[in-house]
Amino acid sequence: MSETTRARVIIAPASKPALPPHIKLRHDPGRGRWHVLAPERVFEPDPIAIEILKRCDGVTSVEQIANDLAKDYNAPVQEILTDTIAMLQELSDKGVVKAA
Amino acid sequence: MNEIAPMEQFSEKPVVEACARAPVGLLAELTHRCPLQCPYCSNPLELDRVNSELTTEQWQDVMRQAAELGILQIHLSGGEPTVRKDLEDIVEVAVKAGLYTNLITAGVTLTRDRLARLKDLGLDHVQLSIQDVDDANAEKISAYKNGLAKKREVGQWVRELEMPLTINAPIHRLNIENLPNIIDFAVEMGAGRIEVANIQYYAWALKNRAALMPTRAQVLKSAEIVEAAKERLKGIMVFDFVVPDYYAKTPKPCMGGWGRGVMNVTPQGRVLPCHASETVPGLVFDNVKDRPLADIWLNGQAFQAYRGTSWMKEPCRSCPRAEIDFGGCRCQAMAFTGDAANTDPACKLSPHHDAFVAAAESESAEQTPPPFVYRRMSPAKAPAAE
Repeated sequence: MSETTRARVIIAPASKPALPPHIKLRHDPGRGRWHVLAPERVFEPDPIAIEILKRCDGVTSVEQIANDLAKDYNAPVQEILTDTIAMLQELSDKGVVKAA
Repeated sequence: MNEIAPMEQFSEKPVVEACARAPVGLLAELTHRCPLQCPYCSNPLELDRVNSELTTEQWQDVMRQAAELGILQIHLSGGEPTVRKDLEDIVEVAVKAGLYTNLITAGVTLTRDRLARLKDLGLDHVQLSIQDVDDANAEKISAYKNGLAKKREVGQWVRELEMPLTINAPIHRLNIENLPNIIDFAVEMGAGRIEVANIQYYAWALKNRAALMPTRAQVLKSAEIVEAAKERLKGIMVFDFVVPDYYAKTPKPCMGGWGRGVMNVTPQGRVLPCHASETVPGLVFDNVKDRPLADIWLNGQAFQAYRGTSWMKEPCRSCPRAEIDFGGCRCQAMAFTGDAANTDPACKLSPHHDAFVAAAESESAEQTPPPFVYRRMSPAKAPAAE
């Protein structure tokens, strides 16, 4: 696998993000919180990040996720979309989400 | 809800902050046996023998107890964990218990079938160590022939099986100049992550420090190389860069704080706050054969000894960084200053700091470093009556 076949993913409204098989979004009943388990890392997503990650199923687009959240939280969709893209880009760069 | 700041929403905190009380990680040293003889091995100088290792059932029980205790990630290590024929049986139980499983291997004793079986059992991640990307140098470092070729093969299998891969590259004066090639190698292997891990000087590495210590200039250059590569490989490969603390001004928060987030179980079942902690005198290490893991974690003498900050002396006690770096490393304080409760000599506030830095500077400046003392089992003692 060369560098050319492994390019950085740029998250766009039409991207369909998913968690790779080795990234686990898990609820920890003992601590009463969600964790994202990754190689040598444990992330603690906040409530909105959890909502976004739960929707990363490889089918739903970033735009749809943002629309969904805008409804649920009664917030302007454009703002939510911008913030969701920024968050998913960050996570993609950390290898926590992939996107088609 | 119109304030969504990505970084705040999804903070990458040191794992220990995920919970103040229950540990999050457990390093399971399944065996001290290893075909490689790297002179910087983190195993103790006195290695556990095969006939003293925990049984399959005992390790499986450790996995179940770990999950109950709140541990999230299990690091299956050694020695070389794949020399245990029952690795699959241990992984199977760990996965069923809900643990995130990470295999830390040198790769040379793996087969494709075993790797495929481990994947089927649910192994989450493979961390493959390399000594160098130069064959002769890799052989010199590990005292093992054709290791690099075997590692390439393992990398190929990992790719074919679509398993996530980290390349772990311990860095020292013999390979630091090859860092750009080591990074390229990891990309070529399809690794999603690389650990550029400067040697930390404990156990075998401390014994071999004069042969391994790079110069300050080499370390600074390597940091620049890593920074540039990070930028170039953004979104392709994640970097973890561990610096040698001899050239630092503040100590590392060793283990994220003693008895705070992680624990270590030796091949014989002794439970340690860190892999080097047996070098600290006065500690009592409980064994999983005698005491439940949760009880050892909460009440074990070795865990209580340096947990929190109340054990600290000056300059740690009044230091604003007391709960950031926890006074650094107890084992390094012990080894260099003779008292584990002293501040880590890596800290510029330590009265031993100048001597600590001077040791690194003079050893690394030596044109002809001493030969390696390879990691080997000490000659067998007369069999002791059990």
